[in-house]
Amino acid sequence: MPSQVVTVASTVGLHARPAALLIKAAAAAGVPVKIGRVGEPAVNAASMLSVLALGAKHGDELEITVGDSSDAESILTSLVEIVSTNHDG
Amino acid sequence: MSLSGIGVSPGIAVGPVRRVTRVRLNEPVPASPRAVFKALDVVAADLERRAESADIDVARDVLSAQAMIARDPALVEAIGARLLDDIEYPDVRPDIADAFAGFKEALASLGGYFAERVADLDEIGDRLLAVLSGKAEEELTLDEPSIVVAEDLTPADTAALDLNFARALVVAKGGPTSHTAIVARGLGIPAIVGCDGIMDLADGTIIMVDGREGTVIVGPTDGEVQARETREDSLRARAASVVGPGRLADRTPITLLANAGNAQDAVAAATVGAEGIGLFRTELLFLDRRDEPTVDEQVELYRSVFEAMAGRRVVVRTLDAGSDKPVPFINAIHEENPALGVRGWRLTRTADDVLNRQLDAIALASREVNVDVWVMAPMIDIPAEAAEFAHRARERGLRRVGVMVETPAAAILADKVLAEVDFASLGTNDLTQYVMAADRLDSRLSDLTSSWHPAVLRTIKMAASGAEALGRPIGVCGEAAANPQMAAILVGLGVSSLSMAPIALSGVRVYLAQVDRATCVRAAEQVLAVSSADEAEGIAYDLLGF
Repeated sequence: MPSQVVTVASTVGLHARPAALLIKAAAAAGVPVKIGRVGEPAVNAASMLSVLALGAKHGDELEITVGDSSDAESILTSLVEIVSTNHDG
Repeated sequence: MSLSGIGVSPGIAVGPVRRVTRVRLNEPVPASPRAVFKALDVVAADLERRAESADIDVARDVLSAQAMIARDPALVEAIGARLLDDIEYPDVRPDIADAFAGFKEALASLGGYFAERVADLDEIGDRLLAVLSGKAEEELTLDEPSIVVAEDLTPADTAALDLNFARALVVAKGGPTSHTAIVARGLGIPAIVGCDGIMDLADGTIIMVDGREGTVIVGPTDGEVQARETREDSLRARAASVVGPGRLADRTPITLLANAGNAQDAVAAATVGAEGIGLFRTELLFLDRRDEPTVDEQVELYRSVFEAMAGRRVVVRTLDAGSDKPVPFINAIHEENPALGVRGWRLTRTADDVLNRQLDAIALASREVNVDVWVMAPMIDIPAEAAEFAHRARERGLRRVGVMVETPAAAILADKVLAEVDFASLGTNDLTQYVMAADRLDSRLSDLTSSWHPAVLRTIKMAASGAEALGRPIGVCGEAAANPQMAAILVGLGVSSLSMAPIALSGVRVYLAQVDRATCVRAAEQVLAVSSADEAEGIAYDLLGF
């Protein structure tokens, strides 16, 4: 299962619009997507409450893991892009 | 007796108090797990529907976030874990409260924005129980003209209320930028926020609301009502006495335009007498998309805005994706420094066809409506980019071609950049952050990101001089245009059109009508000579007045 560590870029942290974008994309992925702090239990990236409960702030590092599928790598790339972009403004 | 708060939407209203309180169910709610999940689905679908029909961006964002919580698989799982058997439970309230509690605790412990989401969970829980008990719709019905009084109004509340019956809104909490304030101004009804004691009034109590002063009078006399109405009318008359196209006291015309992202904004702009749209942001259709919108979809949006502004000017800005407004299918590569990366017109380097298709769509839509279409590209840095954009636009029959001046390079070389095009528009938000090299979204740097800084004003002067030498019109479409004193300074620097949020337009129009060109020029010369933003702003207020 491909995974990558990414730094939260949005100045407000991973909530509001940045979280909504991630959750929509994760729900649309068609395979399980997990997100969590490195070394801690990961949560379902398609769950708003679980993602919010990570309490991820600007500059925090999170690991995204995408379930095996033929386009897992490209799904991972697009999810990493969402988290590593500043969406505030 | 009177109460006071912060007036956030001017006007006088008199009527009976109608208190909006959340329904608290005091009786058992029997249900099967299946019925609970079905009700949760109803709540989510309802929130999604309201999000879609919400007129206000803030409301839409909050409502869709709430819908996502109602559809959250983790929430469904938590409820399912407590209602294991496929039976009719005599009362599901404790189980549902228990399922929500874990999430509430987790969010509350994080503080700040996260803790505020606890209120969303409470609201979803209340709605869920209301649907299950069949009491969903009666909670917020207004059946006669009333003054809506509440602790606070959430976007979901205001979407549910039939606000046609609301004469005014008064809430105990909230600030000038709260949802209540935004909704009231949108409806054009008086509103007061932060009004302590308002919830102590009984339903039906007749009150008068002065939304300009922030005062509530309980049981007003006819004389009191008349006095306040007269004062309000005269204040309004003064504002309304200045109508028509923008001009200075010496009758120098200054074109006053509005910013818009869709047809609704354009209608709002027409209502306040905007002479056109000075900034049509086209990226709204592109944001949050996995695929590029088709040419047909684009034509439909552009045409809807053109139709709302038929016969007038619409300045269309081509896609300004990147940096703080990423578009998933275009901005796929990680950039270390997106504000200085591939954004605006620079997208032609990575997604050339997207920009070409957008120009095709703009050209197509412009042929279908009788409207004066101008087109401009964002993030133009150098003359060669301006020339390339002008070539592509003119090739498609678009006649009025311009550029945004928002980088120091474009301002410094304005006499070369503008030689390639017909007009320019200063994007003062980005120009300020690039001149000052300070991220405008970083609150720690807010003292460095004022458009009043003489470094910014001198850069604007440079661009305006370049435009003047070539006889090209130059306008402003950043937030700076909405501040009346700044608007006068910009005019003094050589700007001939101002584009702003529709709500700011009449204030700027009234203000400009009382200053003449010579005063603007003199004030502009003085602000260019100081060394701080505070000094510049102080001088502008001293010389130009309030």
